[in-house]
Amino acid sequence: MRSLGRFTTAFVGGLQLVMSLLTTETALAKDQEIKEFLLDNGLKVILLEDHSAPTATFQIWYKVGARNEVTGRTGICHLLEHMMFKGTTRYGKGEFSRIIAKNGGNENAFTGKDYTAYFERFASDRLALSVEMESDRMQNLLLDEREFQLERDVVKEERRLRTDDDPVAAVVEEVYAAAYKVHPYHSPVIGWMSDLDAMTVEDLRSCYKRYYSPNNGTIVIVGDVNTEEILPKIRREFGKIPPGPVPPRVLSKEPRQMGERRICVKREAQLPFLMVAYHVPNIGHPDEFALEVLEKIVSQGESSRLYRKFVYDTQIASFVGGDYARVSADPTLFYFYGGLRPDRDVNELEKGIQEEIERLKNEPVSDQELEKAKNQIEAAFIFGRDSNFYQAMQIGILETIGVGYRVLESFVPSIRKVTKEELMRVARAFFTPENRTVGVLIPEKKEKSGSSGPGF
Amino acid sequence: MKFLCRTFGGVFALAAFPAMSFSVGTNDRTVITNGVVLLTYPRPTLPMVYVSMRIRAGSVFDPQGKTGLSSMVARLLTRGTRNRSAHDISEAIDFVGGEMGAASDEDYTLVTLKVLKKDIALGMDLLSDILLHPAFRSEEIERQRSETLSEIIHDKDDPGKVADKRFSQIVYGGHPYGLPTEGLETTLPVITREDIARFHETYYGSNAAIVSIVGDVSVPEARSLVEKYLGSWQRKEVPPIAVAQLPVPSSPVVEVIDKDLTQANVLLGHPGIRRSNPDYYAVHVMNYILGGGGFSSRLLKNIRDERGLAYSTGSSFDAKYAAGSFHVGLQTKNSTANEAIRESLSEMRKIRQDLVREEELQEAKDYLMGSFPLRLDSNSKIADYLSYVEFHDLGLNYFEEFSRRLAAVTREAVLNAARSYLYPDHFVLVVVGKEAEAKIHLDEGSSVTSR
Repeated sequence: MRSLGRFTTAFVGGLQLVMSLLTTETALAKDQEIKEFLLDNGLKVILLEDHSAPTATFQIWYKVGARNEVTGRTGICHLLEHMMFKGTTRYGKGEFSRIIAKNGGNENAFTGKDYTAYFERFASDRLALSVEMESDRMQNLLLDEREFQLERDVVKEERRLRTDDDPVAAVVEEVYAAAYKVHPYHSPVIGWMSDLDAMTVEDLRSCYKRYYSPNNGTIVIVGDVNTEEILPKIRREFGKIPPGPVPPRVLSKEPRQMGERRICVKREAQLPFLMVAYHVPNIGHPDEFALEVLEKIVSQGESSRLYRKFVYDTQIASFVGGDYARVSADPTLFYFYGGLRPDRDVNELEKGIQEEIERLKNEPVSDQELEKAKNQIEAAFIFGRDSNFYQAMQIGILETIGVGYRVLESFVPSIRKVTKEELMRVARAFFTPENRTVGVLIPEKKEKSGSSGPGF
Repeated sequence: MKFLCRTFGGVFALAAFPAMSFSVGTNDRTVITNGVVLLTYPRPTLPMVYVSMRIRAGSVFDPQGKTGLSSMVARLLTRGTRNRSAHDISEAIDFVGGEMGAASDEDYTLVTLKVLKKDIALGMDLLSDILLHPAFRSEEIERQRSETLSEIIHDKDDPGKVADKRFSQIVYGGHPYGLPTEGLETTLPVITREDIARFHETYYGSNAAIVSIVGDVSVPEARSLVEKYLGSWQRKEVPPIAVAQLPVPSSPVVEVIDKDLTQANVLLGHPGIRRSNPDYYAVHVMNYILGGGGFSSRLLKNIRDERGLAYSTGSSFDAKYAAGSFHVGLQTKNSTANEAIRESLSEMRKIRQDLVREEELQEAKDYLMGSFPLRLDSNSKIADYLSYVEFHDLGLNYFEEFSRRLAAVTREAVLNAARSYLYPDHFVLVVVGKEAEAKIHLDEGSSVTSR
């Protein structure tokens, strides 16, 4: 069903496609010219003209996400994102969406651990509307108490839908909470239920005041846009907004993990699910490229190691994968996961995944596998340029987490340099028992007429 | 697998093109000698090619008792040909970073290929091999059967899918549209190799195939690729898809599936319209106002914005070739399920009662016409769209036609569409949730079945 609504990326939806989307690098070849401007009030503007279709994407990124939240107050950024559609001093509740729609546009927003972003997609001649309306809600948000109460109920429904009633998502949430004890990646983007209950409109107001300022934002426009036309409009509308306070930095660091952690989730479910996660470096660390190649070798396509072994050959699992959440502000996780087939033992899958991990440490991959992984990354890089939205998203994330979009230029060449020896070294360095967090879903069947639910 | 259909957004897949920025001239549609219809749209900006094929071999042709057959055939295509093993195929496409897949939907089987321009010959060679020479080896059949059966079990943990399967089964009655394309736990075990080979032999004919090629390829290039790689494909006497008449329930049919969930997953609806129904456009506009229009729709405003009952809600007409269905869908905490159901019915009644406001109608048209460039701004979107237009025989001028037909819809036509195609007293309601908390009841006190 259509996921209608302000959506939340990262950990909320479990092993979300969004995550792999963002870790599969794409975009930018040399023939593309990205233009960058910095307004006096600190707002950064990045434009990429691409005239292959008469459409454009406008995105505005704020450097604030679940990463900036504290215990007892999780979910504020995400709920604030919802409230950004509930009216300003200039436009009433729902007007934002209505105006965009009647101009043929699509709009939405997403909150992650490292960012909050808003976007509109339009036929290219309507882009000025984004400039006008996004500059308005950067400064004039209402944050009405009654609307807050209603929207909190909506977000609680969103949490029930995405996490509470989805056994796999519930395991993912638990694994992150166990793997991170100190760093705020511990908590889900959508927030813990009791934090949602405890939240007040004042919490949102202080978040808005602290983080929604030009000096904490980045505008990204990709598509059939003319820089000479749109830039003066941006300067006019956003340029008059005074800079806000410099937001506090996140100083929290996750200490080194000193031994395996295990969690299990017992609930009504059909079949077991397993997730094995390791702390690894994020983008900006020299090992990011080797980790990215490892992810492809274990997980990309039906010829990848995990699929071949567990789905095709031994048939222990229904689905398997590996995911490296590379594009992240702080050190991140590399995880392996799989869903069991009926009558198979979850320990068998865990043992098998362990064997695959040991193989990565002890045996060099074949020339063919290494070349295949690199080809996959390069092809995905080119395919990604077929979407304005995706390219804007990449630029926006890279800017927001602080590494900058220019890393895209050297991405494929850096991937091409990765060697078999590096892969083994990296696997040995990070895939250690001490550094591991294991999550298991243990199904508890409902005791009712002996069957396992509806018979279809 | 469901592609365009069955999502709230499904109806949005239909949009028109502004004549100035996108048009498909007659040169871009070719029927090659064996009957393959080729639609080409060159977009040389990126060195990639996307190929989308629709073959009239969907689950609508699954024989009684063999539900899942068309899907088995589709999924087995990439699992081995006369000359290539399953692994040879995945290794070949993975090695060049390409993607190739085949899956069955109700009306057709969709086969797609995405490769870099330099790999198009390899891609077409693979595509041709899997379509023309699948081996259907016994061990691959067993493997596929087991894979599909375990996916079906995993799907029972997705309340939305559980609700959708049951809802379709009731609304479509005995028609194959009412059964899951991937098959049933009871039917998959009885599908034989012979069934599979015969299905392929019967339905996979060149004259049943629509091929759209979009990307860094010219019209003559596309034509010669198709002639070279699909030219030896044989025609078949493919039967037409028979139109179905679905009975509308005489009184509400309510079914609750009890699961230990925090939310009730609600689907409420009834038979809808075929794609070829002349009222399609009025229905499309009416549904946009009712529940298809995202944040602008009446259902969302009522249920989410005014009451905070659900994160997502909407309505959709799923108009397939032989028949269609309508549904409202939402998820809300168990204790507010009755309220959300009541409001959904009330919105259905309201749009049947009064003319929509002039402003609402205008905004619906403005969105539906103004947003169409967004439906066509990537290679895959354009290719899938061209195939859709061809499959439903909407004509090469469809792009202008859509806008013209949409523009002609009046408030009276919307009211008429609501009165003709919404049945707030004759619906099927499926709720998957915690029965003891949801306590589903209708105001009229009709009977509720639980499972």
